[in-house]
Amino acid sequence: MLESLFSTPKICQFKATSSFVTPHTPLSLNRQGTTGMEVGQMQRRLVEFTKSLFMEGFLDGQFLQLQQLQDESNPDFVVEVVSLFFQDSEKLLNDLTLALEQQNVDFKRVDAHVHQLKGSSSSIGAQRVKNACVVFRNFCEEQNLEGCMRCLQQVKQEFYLVKNKFETLFTLEQQLVAAGGSIPTMEITSF
Amino acid sequence: MASPSTRIDDGRDVDSDNSGLMREKLSVLIVDDELLVRKVHEKLLSKLKLAKQVQTQTATNGKEALDLHLSGSSFDIILMDLQMPIMDGTEATKELRAMRVESMIVGVTSVDAGADKEAFMEAGLDKCLPKLLTADKIKSLVETLEKNK
Repeated sequence: MLESLFSTPKICQFKATSSFVTPHTPLSLNRQGTTGMEVGQMQRRLVEFTKSLFMEGFLDGQFLQLQQLQDESNPDFVVEVVSLFFQDSEKLLNDLTLALEQQNVDFKRVDAHVHQLKGSSSSIGAQRVKNACVVFRNFCEEQNLEGCMRCLQQVKQEFYLVKNKFETLFTLEQQLVAAGGSIPTMEITSF
Repeated sequence: MASPSTRIDDGRDVDSDNSGLMREKLSVLIVDDELLVRKVHEKLLSKLKLAKQVQTQTATNGKEALDLHLSGSSFDIILMDLQMPIMDGTEATKELRAMRVESMIVGVTSVDAGADKEAFMEAGLDKCLPKLLTADKIKSLVETLEKNK
Protein backbone atom coordinates (compact mmCIF):
# COMPACT_ATOMS: atom_id res chain seq x y z
CA MET A 1 0.00 0.00 0.00
CA LEU A 2 2.83 2.33 0.83
CA GLU A 3 4.59 1.65 -2.44
CA SER A 4 1.53 2.07 -4.63
CA LEU A 5 1.06 5.63 -3.52
CA PHE A 6 4.62 6.67 -4.16
CA SER A 7 5.16 5.57 -7.73
CA THR A 8 2.54 7.47 -9.63
CA PRO A 9 3.91 8.54 -12.93
CA LYS A 10 1.48 10.82 -14.66
CA ILE A 11 1.03 11.24 -18.32
CA CYS A 12 0.39 14.90 -18.81
CA GLN A 13 1.08 17.68 -21.21
CA PHE A 14 2.42 21.04 -20.33
CA LYS A 15 2.49 24.35 -22.00
CA ALA A 16 5.18 26.85 -21.14
CA THR A 17 4.00 30.36 -21.85
CA SER A 18 6.98 32.56 -22.31
CA SER A 19 8.99 33.77 -25.25
CA PHE A 20 11.83 31.40 -25.90
CA VAL A 21 14.92 32.18 -27.85
CA THR A 22 14.59 31.11 -31.49
CA PRO A 23 17.41 30.36 -33.93
CA HIS A 24 16.86 33.85 -35.34
CA THR A 25 17.53 35.64 -32.08
CA PRO A 26 20.65 37.81 -32.23
CA LEU A 27 23.59 36.19 -30.50
CA SER A 28 25.15 39.36 -29.18
CA LEU A 29 25.99 39.33 -25.49
CA ASN A 30 23.54 40.91 -23.11
CA ARG A 31 24.51 42.99 -20.10
CA GLN A 32 25.02 39.85 -18.03
CA GLY A 33 27.50 38.55 -20.58
CA THR A 34 25.30 35.67 -21.67
CA THR A 35 23.95 35.11 -25.13
CA GLY A 36 20.32 34.82 -26.05
CA MET A 37 20.91 31.17 -26.92
CA GLU A 38 22.36 30.47 -23.47
CA VAL A 39 19.35 32.06 -21.81
CA GLY A 40 17.14 29.95 -24.06
CA GLN A 41 18.97 26.81 -23.00
CA MET A 42 18.54 27.77 -19.36
CA GLN A 43 14.84 28.32 -19.89
CA ARG A 44 14.45 24.97 -21.59
CA ARG A 45 16.35 23.25 -18.79
CA LEU A 46 14.10 24.89 -16.22
CA VAL A 47 10.96 23.89 -18.10
CA GLU A 48 12.14 20.29 -18.46
CA PHE A 49 13.06 20.08 -14.79
CA THR A 50 9.73 21.57 -13.72
CA LYS A 51 7.88 19.13 -15.98
CA SER A 52 9.75 16.24 -14.42
CA LEU A 53 8.58 17.30 -10.96
CA PHE A 54 4.99 16.91 -12.11
CA MET A 55 5.61 13.74 -14.08
CA GLU A 56 7.24 12.09 -11.08
CA GLY A 57 4.42 13.15 -8.81
CA PHE A 58 6.44 15.47 -6.61
CA LEU A 59 4.19 18.42 -7.41
CA ASP A 60 0.57 18.87 -8.36
CA GLY A 61 -1.53 21.71 -9.71
CA GLN A 62 -1.62 23.56 -6.40
CA PHE A 63 2.00 24.57 -7.04
CA LEU A 64 0.96 26.20 -10.30
CA GLN A 65 -1.71 28.15 -8.39
CA LEU A 66 1.04 29.46 -6.13
CA GLN A 67 3.18 30.46 -9.09
CA GLN A 68 0.28 32.43 -10.52
CA LEU A 69 0.23 34.54 -7.38
CA GLN A 70 3.82 35.67 -7.91
CA ASP A 71 4.30 39.01 -9.61
CA GLU A 72 6.61 42.03 -9.79
CA SER A 73 5.30 43.37 -6.48
CA ASN A 74 6.25 40.09 -4.79
CA PRO A 75 8.82 38.36 -7.02
CA ASP A 76 9.91 35.93 -4.27
CA PHE A 77 6.43 34.87 -3.24
CA VAL A 78 6.82 31.20 -4.13
CA VAL A 79 10.21 30.92 -2.45
CA GLU A 80 8.81 32.58 0.68
CA VAL A 81 5.80 30.30 0.87
CA VAL A 82 7.80 27.14 0.18
CA SER A 83 10.39 28.20 2.77
CA LEU A 84 7.61 28.62 5.32
CA PHE A 85 6.44 25.12 4.53
CA PHE A 86 9.89 23.65 5.09
CA GLN A 87 10.41 25.54 8.34
CA ASP A 88 7.07 24.49 9.79
CA SER A 89 7.35 20.94 8.53
CA GLU A 90 10.81 20.31 10.01
CA LYS A 91 9.35 21.17 13.38
CA LEU A 92 6.35 18.92 12.79
CA LEU A 93 8.59 16.02 11.83
CA ASN A 94 10.61 16.51 15.02
CA ASP A 95 7.40 16.60 17.05
CA LEU A 96 6.23 13.42 15.34
CA THR A 97 9.49 11.64 16.03
CA LEU A 98 9.26 12.57 19.72
CA ALA A 99 5.58 11.64 19.93
CA LEU A 100 6.22 8.17 18.51
CA GLU A 101 9.10 7.58 20.92
CA GLN A 102 6.88 7.97 23.97
CA GLN A 103 6.16 4.96 26.15
CA ASN A 104 2.44 5.50 25.72
CA VAL A 105 1.95 6.92 22.28
CA ASP A 106 -0.83 9.47 22.04
CA PHE A 107 -2.14 8.56 18.58
CA LYS A 108 -4.58 11.45 18.58
CA ARG A 109 -1.73 13.87 19.01
CA VAL A 110 0.29 12.08 16.32
CA ASP A 111 -2.71 12.25 14.01
CA ALA A 112 -3.11 15.95 14.67
CA HIS A 113 0.49 16.60 13.64
CA VAL A 114 0.13 14.46 10.51
CA HIS A 115 -3.11 16.23 9.65
CA GLN A 116 -1.31 19.56 9.85
CA LEU A 117 1.55 18.32 7.69
CA LYS A 118 -0.91 16.93 5.18
CA GLY A 119 -2.63 20.30 5.01
CA SER A 120 0.49 22.35 4.53
CA SER A 121 2.04 19.98 1.99
CA SER A 122 -1.21 20.12 0.06
CA SER A 123 -1.09 23.92 0.19
CA ILE A 124 2.16 24.07 -1.74
CA GLY A 125 1.38 21.15 -4.04
CA ALA A 126 3.86 18.69 -2.49
CA GLN A 127 1.79 15.74 -3.62
CA ARG A 128 3.98 12.84 -2.54
CA VAL A 129 4.36 14.23 0.96
CA LYS A 130 0.60 14.71 1.14
CA ASN A 131 -0.04 11.15 -0.05
CA ALA A 132 2.40 9.77 2.51
CA CYS A 133 0.47 11.65 5.20
CA VAL A 134 -2.80 10.10 4.03
CA VAL A 135 -1.40 6.62 4.59
CA PHE A 136 0.11 7.71 7.91
CA ARG A 137 -3.27 8.88 9.19
CA ASN A 138 -4.78 5.50 8.45
CA PHE A 139 -2.24 3.84 10.74
CA CYS A 140 -2.88 6.49 13.39
CA GLU A 141 -6.55 5.64 13.32
CA GLU A 142 -5.69 1.95 13.73
CA GLN A 143 -3.25 2.88 16.52
CA ASN A 144 -0.71 0.75 14.70
CA LEU A 145 2.66 1.87 16.06
CA GLU A 146 4.76 -0.14 13.66
CA GLY A 147 2.80 1.19 10.72
CA CYS A 148 3.16 4.72 12.05
CA MET A 149 6.92 4.35 12.44
CA ARG A 150 7.25 3.13 8.85
CA CYS A 151 5.07 5.96 7.65
CA LEU A 152 7.13 8.51 9.50
CA GLN A 153 10.22 7.29 7.68
CA GLN A 154 8.37 7.45 4.38
CA VAL A 155 7.12 10.97 5.06
CA LYS A 156 10.62 12.10 6.00
CA GLN A 157 12.02 10.55 2.85
CA GLU A 158 9.48 12.27 0.64
CA PHE A 159 9.95 15.53 2.51
CA TYR A 160 13.71 15.61 1.98
CA LEU A 161 13.35 14.49 -1.62
CA VAL A 162 10.96 17.33 -2.46
CA LYS A 163 13.07 19.79 -0.50
CA ASN A 164 16.03 18.84 -2.65
CA LYS A 165 13.94 19.22 -5.78
CA PHE A 166 12.78 22.69 -4.74
CA GLU A 167 16.34 23.76 -4.01
CA THR A 168 17.33 22.73 -7.52
CA LEU A 169 14.28 24.44 -9.01
CA PHE A 170 14.97 27.74 -7.25
CA THR A 171 18.65 27.59 -8.15
CA LEU A 172 17.77 27.16 -11.82
CA GLU A 173 15.33 30.07 -11.59
CA GLN A 174 17.90 32.31 -9.92
CA GLN A 175 20.51 31.47 -12.54
CA LEU A 176 18.06 32.21 -15.33
CA VAL A 177 17.04 35.56 -13.85
CA ALA A 178 20.67 36.48 -13.20
CA ALA A 179 21.40 35.76 -16.85
CA GLY A 180 18.66 38.16 -17.90
CA GLY A 181 15.99 35.60 -18.71
CA SER A 182 12.41 35.37 -17.49
CA ILE A 183 10.81 32.45 -15.72
CA PRO A 184 8.24 30.73 -17.95
CA THR A 185 4.80 30.10 -16.47
CA MET A 186 3.55 26.56 -16.73
CA GLU A 187 0.05 25.34 -17.32
CA ILE A 188 -1.13 21.78 -17.26
CA THR A 189 -3.11 21.42 -20.45
CA SER A 190 -4.18 17.79 -20.19
CA PHE A 191 -3.70 14.52 -18.38
CA MET B 1 -5.49 19.83 -10.41
CA ALA B 2 -4.83 23.26 -11.78
CA SER B 3 -7.61 24.40 -13.96
CA PRO B 4 -6.50 26.67 -16.74
CA SER B 5 -9.93 28.29 -16.77
CA THR B 6 -9.40 31.00 -14.15
CA ARG B 7 -6.04 32.68 -14.23
CA ILE B 8 -5.06 35.19 -11.64
CA ASP B 9 -3.21 37.66 -13.74
CA ASP B 10 -3.62 41.21 -12.54
CA GLY B 11 -7.30 41.05 -13.32
CA ARG B 12 -6.72 40.66 -17.05
CA ASP B 13 -8.48 37.32 -17.16
CA VAL B 14 -11.43 38.22 -14.99
CA ASP B 15 -14.50 37.03 -16.82
CA SER B 16 -15.56 40.41 -18.14
CA ASP B 17 -14.77 44.05 -17.67
CA ASN B 18 -17.12 44.91 -14.82
CA SER B 19 -15.21 47.93 -13.56
CA GLY B 20 -18.42 49.99 -13.66
CA LEU B 21 -20.23 47.44 -11.52
CA MET B 22 -17.31 46.64 -9.23
CA ARG B 23 -17.94 47.18 -5.53
CA GLU B 24 -16.18 50.12 -3.94
CA LYS B 25 -14.67 48.31 -0.99
CA LEU B 26 -14.12 44.78 0.20
CA SER B 27 -12.73 44.07 3.64
CA VAL B 28 -11.69 40.57 4.60
CA LEU B 29 -10.42 39.16 7.87
CA ILE B 30 -8.28 36.03 7.52
CA VAL B 31 -8.21 34.01 10.73
CA ASP B 32 -5.72 31.15 10.67
CA ASP B 33 -2.86 30.04 12.90
CA GLU B 34 -0.74 29.06 9.87
CA LEU B 35 1.30 31.86 8.36
CA LEU B 36 1.47 30.04 5.05
CA VAL B 37 -2.33 29.99 4.74
CA ARG B 38 -2.68 33.64 5.76
CA LYS B 39 -0.03 34.65 3.26
CA VAL B 40 -1.53 32.74 0.34
CA HIS B 41 -5.08 33.94 1.01
CA GLU B 42 -3.93 37.54 1.41
CA LYS B 43 -2.05 37.40 -1.86
CA LEU B 44 -4.95 35.79 -3.67
CA LEU B 45 -7.34 38.49 -2.46
CA SER B 46 -4.99 41.29 -3.49
CA LYS B 47 -4.50 39.84 -6.97
CA LEU B 48 -8.15 39.16 -7.71
CA LYS B 49 -9.10 42.82 -7.36
CA LEU B 50 -12.71 42.08 -6.57
CA ALA B 51 -13.33 45.64 -5.45
CA LYS B 52 -11.85 49.05 -6.20
CA GLN B 53 -10.35 48.87 -2.72
CA VAL B 54 -9.56 45.54 -1.11
CA GLN B 55 -8.46 45.55 2.52
CA THR B 56 -7.28 42.46 4.30
CA GLN B 57 -6.42 41.91 7.90
CA THR B 58 -5.19 38.78 9.61
CA ALA B 59 -5.56 37.13 12.99
CA THR B 60 -3.76 34.06 14.26
CA ASN B 61 -6.59 32.69 16.39
CA GLY B 62 -10.22 33.21 17.29
CA LYS B 63 -9.46 35.46 20.24
CA GLU B 64 -7.51 37.89 18.07
CA ALA B 65 -10.46 37.95 15.68
CA LEU B 66 -12.81 38.81 18.56
CA ASP B 67 -10.46 41.48 19.87
CA LEU B 68 -10.45 43.16 16.47
CA HIS B 69 -14.23 43.35 16.54
CA LEU B 70 -14.27 44.58 20.13
CA SER B 71 -11.95 47.39 19.10
CA GLY B 72 -14.41 48.50 16.47
CA SER B 73 -13.24 46.77 13.28
CA SER B 74 -15.76 45.25 10.93
CA PHE B 75 -15.41 43.14 7.82
CA ASP B 76 -17.45 42.05 4.85
CA ILE B 77 -16.06 38.52 4.94
CA ILE B 78 -14.32 36.56 7.69
CA LEU B 79 -12.35 33.51 6.58
CA MET B 80 -12.24 31.37 9.70
CA ASP B 81 -10.02 28.37 10.27
CA LEU B 82 -11.33 25.67 12.59
CA GLN B 83 -8.37 24.32 14.51
CA MET B 84 -6.47 27.11 16.21
CA PRO B 85 -4.83 27.52 19.60
CA ILE B 86 -6.30 29.72 22.36
CA MET B 87 -9.70 29.97 20.70
CA ASP B 88 -10.80 27.76 17.83
CA GLY B 89 -13.04 28.65 14.93
CA THR B 90 -16.20 27.19 16.40
CA GLU B 91 -15.98 29.18 19.61
CA ALA B 92 -14.94 32.34 17.80
CA THR B 93 -17.87 32.05 15.39
CA LYS B 94 -20.33 31.56 18.27
CA GLU B 95 -18.93 34.61 20.04
CA LEU B 96 -19.05 36.74 16.90
CA ARG B 97 -22.66 35.80 16.23
CA ALA B 98 -23.54 36.48 19.87
CA MET B 99 -22.04 39.96 19.29
CA ARG B 100 -24.43 40.31 16.33
CA VAL B 101 -21.59 40.48 13.86
CA GLU B 102 -23.23 40.43 10.44
CA SER B 103 -20.18 39.62 8.35
CA MET B 104 -20.25 36.62 6.06
CA ILE B 105 -18.33 34.07 8.11
CA VAL B 106 -16.80 31.35 5.96
CA GLY B 107 -15.21 28.34 7.58
CA VAL B 108 -11.99 27.36 5.80
CA THR B 109 -10.71 24.02 6.98
CA SER B 110 -9.02 20.83 5.88
CA VAL B 111 -10.87 18.88 8.59
CA ASP B 112 -12.91 16.05 7.13
CA ALA B 113 -16.65 15.80 7.66
CA GLY B 114 -17.56 14.83 11.22
CA ALA B 115 -18.80 16.11 14.54
CA ASP B 116 -16.23 18.92 14.72
CA LYS B 117 -17.19 20.21 11.33
CA GLU B 118 -20.91 19.99 12.09
CA ALA B 119 -20.42 21.95 15.28
CA PHE B 120 -18.45 24.51 13.29
CA MET B 121 -21.33 24.98 10.83
CA GLU B 122 -23.89 25.15 13.63
CA ALA B 123 -21.88 27.86 15.37
CA GLY B 124 -23.11 30.27 12.70
CA LEU B 125 -21.08 29.87 9.54
CA ASP B 126 -22.56 31.00 6.26
CA LYS B 127 -20.49 28.44 4.42
CA CYS B 128 -17.66 25.98 4.96
CA LEU B 129 -15.00 25.46 2.30
CA PRO B 130 -11.86 23.35 2.06
CA LYS B 131 -8.40 24.86 2.42
CA LEU B 132 -6.85 26.48 0.37
CA LEU B 133 -9.42 28.72 -1.24
CA THR B 134 -9.24 29.09 -5.00
CA ALA B 135 -9.86 32.17 -7.11
CA ASP B 136 -13.23 30.77 -8.22
CA LYS B 137 -14.38 30.12 -4.66
CA ILE B 138 -13.44 33.62 -3.52
CA LYS B 139 -15.19 35.21 -6.50
CA SER B 140 -18.28 33.16 -5.69
CA LEU B 141 -18.24 34.42 -2.09
CA VAL B 142 -18.14 38.03 -3.25
CA GLU B 143 -20.96 37.36 -5.72
CA THR B 144 -23.04 35.95 -2.86
CA LEU B 145 -22.19 39.03 -0.82
CA GLU B 146 -23.46 41.23 -3.64
CA LYS B 147 -26.68 39.25 -4.01
CA ASN B 148 -27.40 39.49 -0.29
CA LYS B 149 -26.85 43.27 -0.14
